[in-house]
Amino acid sequence: MELRRKDLLGIADLTREEIALILDNAAILKEISTRSIKKVPTLRGRTVVTLFYEPSTRTRMSFEIAAKRLSADTVSLTVAASSAVKGETLADTAANLEAMRPDLLIIRHQASGAPHFLAKRLKCGVINAGDGLHEHPTQALLDMLTVKEAKGRLHGLKVAIVGDILHSRVARSNIHGFTKMGSEVTVAGPATLLPPYLDTLGVKIAPSLEEAVAGADVIMMLRIQLERMGQMFFSTLREYSKQFGLALRHLDLAKKDVIIMHPGPMNRGVEISPEVADGPHSVILDQVTNGVAVRMAVMLLLMGDKA
Amino acid sequence: MTLLITSGLIIDPARNLEEPRDLLLEKGKVAALEPAGVIPKEGRKVIDAQGLVVAPGLIDMHVHLREPGEEYKETIETGTRAAAKGGFTGVACMPNTRPVNDNASITRYILDQAKAVGSARVYPVGAISMGSKGEALSEYADQKAAGAVAFSDDGWPVMNALLMRRALEYAKTFDMPVISHAEDLALRADGVMHEGKVSVRLGLKGIPAAAEEVMVYRDVRLARLTGARLHIAHVSTAGAVAIIREAKAAGVNVTAETAPHYFTLTDEAVVGFDTNAKVNPPLRSEWDRLAVIEGLADGTLDAVASDHAPHSVLEKDLEFAAAAFGLIGLETSLGLTLRLVHAGEITLRRAIALLSANPAAILRVPGGTLAPGSPADVTLIDLNREWTVDTAAFASRSRNCPFHGWTLKGKAVMTILGGKVVFKETN
Ligand SMILES: [Zn+2]
Repeated sequence: MELRRKDLLGIADLTREEIALILDNAAILKEISTRSIKKVPTLRGRTVVTLFYEPSTRTRMSFEIAAKRLSADTVSLTVAASSAVKGETLADTAANLEAMRPDLLIIRHQASGAPHFLAKRLKCGVINAGDGLHEHPTQALLDMLTVKEAKGRLHGLKVAIVGDILHSRVARSNIHGFTKMGSEVTVAGPATLLPPYLDTLGVKIAPSLEEAVAGADVIMMLRIQLERMGQMFFSTLREYSKQFGLALRHLDLAKKDVIIMHPGPMNRGVEISPEVADGPHSVILDQVTNGVAVRMAVMLLLMGDKA
Repeated sequence: MTLLITSGLIIDPARNLEEPRDLLLEKGKVAALEPAGVIPKEGRKVIDAQGLVVAPGLIDMHVHLREPGEEYKETIETGTRAAAKGGFTGVACMPNTRPVNDNASITRYILDQAKAVGSARVYPVGAISMGSKGEALSEYADQKAAGAVAFSDDGWPVMNALLMRRALEYAKTFDMPVISHAEDLALRADGVMHEGKVSVRLGLKGIPAAAEEVMVYRDVRLARLTGARLHIAHVSTAGAVAIIREAKAAGVNVTAETAPHYFTLTDEAVVGFDTNAKVNPPLRSEWDRLAVIEGLADGTLDAVASDHAPHSVLEKDLEFAAAAFGLIGLETSLGLTLRLVHAGEITLRRAIALLSANPAAILRVPGGTLAPGSPADVTLIDLNREWTVDTAAFASRSRNCPFHGWTLKGKAVMTILGGKVVFKETN
């Protein structure tokens, strides 16, 4: 089995069947990570380049570990945003990378659409590891895998996503993914951080955190970036935390077996209280484990039997 | 040089004329306009316009010719050649050149250059403020004397309402119009496309319709306060159309234009991150598009202007957020406007008024009519000619056009400037 596509750019372009295929493969590949020798030779001789224009140790590490467990060679390139401004254009970077003949390029970029820009120009496959405010497809896939493991299904679940939806590519990808798989998604946050027309993505908008989590099977809290305070998106962290921070008392409103997710890194005590983050409902560390499995699955399915 | 254009359908909206006539051009002027056969053919060069529309030369009141300063994008020579190819005999060029056209000497330079290498009449628009910095008024009387036809800080909207008030008053002193690029920069913030259902999907920062509407409203109120001639550039939202409609009904001295991309495309054109669909104001929703068409049909909007904004690959072959705003339109403006005619949205006479008579009247420049004594600026249009937009064949130096590959029906087949043929379609 393989994906009939060169690139993974966003969840919005994937069909239900493609998402299911990736999740099924990830579930199988997860077993490799539990072995004492965590490596299979499947992608031996392939070159995977990670190109990160934004600092992100954890996502890049997750991709690199995934590639190495499949025996691919990895090269990583981190471009500081400041030097990219003065330096070469993305088109030139693309041309230079192409000349090195990689098999797969994994890119994170601050501009929405940057991976699409590269995908159009490069013969090799491109995986979007986060573009601007647009999408972060592997994060959504690992989140769906985590929920599927915990609940046995995605269809018919109530998923609440809370916080800064406006600036969150994780939220966008998850909204596409969970709604495609038949979950019911509700979002909540201050109206400044809920973009207009959000309802056109097929989500419900709750007026408060309490209403968003009522009866929820899954609660996903988003990281609030502290600099948003100075950009007139909300008043103080104290008030944000009081209104939109997830605390133990909220869990009583949700389903008994609710799971709590966070894409990380967390601001403990702001969007999520430590008791919740470390409590029995939290699956935050499972998300990290599943990140490697999902990324292995995506690489395998994209490069599959293309020798 | 004498030219006799026979058997064409004359459309002269300024005089409510729409009938077959023979048109005689002599010494750079329209000499006569008579029923078929009245003007003798002997000894005259005759152009058979049977089956064609004969219109007063089209005038695009909002273009960027990029000279001086950014000649790698466009020059007065290439820009006016693009104009002629698109059926335009006159263009008003915005002052956001490098340096900004905020004084008589740059205005004179543009006019000299146009005279030397131009294929269309060029009407410079001077800057509202020095350097378009929004701080101090530029020299309006001097610029007018040098040939400027209006004032605008296009591209660098006037954020200070007091400066806008003073500009309207000062321009009124010299009986000049002020062209407003209506956009609240604080509200636009770092938006790159229309704020709507496409921006929320693509994760591109949005520019709300209100960023345009609050400034249209401000300027309409200031026009009422001052009694000056206000013209609103590139209207793109339903709300802006409504505000202008209301202001006109209340007797405010305001005119307005829109561009073909606002009545042809919507924000859906940005899907796929096509930077040729990145323009300011941004391509709006279908609701806005329909309201713009309604405004063109009911007289709220007075002109179609392309906002021809050439950019090279250096500004456009980039990730969407980093690319420049703007698209070129001189060579597609007529064809896209005629789509509205073919669709029955506006009459042919209205289309010619929007593209010729009205811009001439707003800017008070010669032309826009075929009345005897007017300049011999004429555009021959084949309404039914189907053609495919091919940016590689453009006369413009730039290629940033979202309509590449489109099939359009209706095209200028001959453009006559001052009695001379400056463009002729070759089969
Ligand atoms: Zn403008």
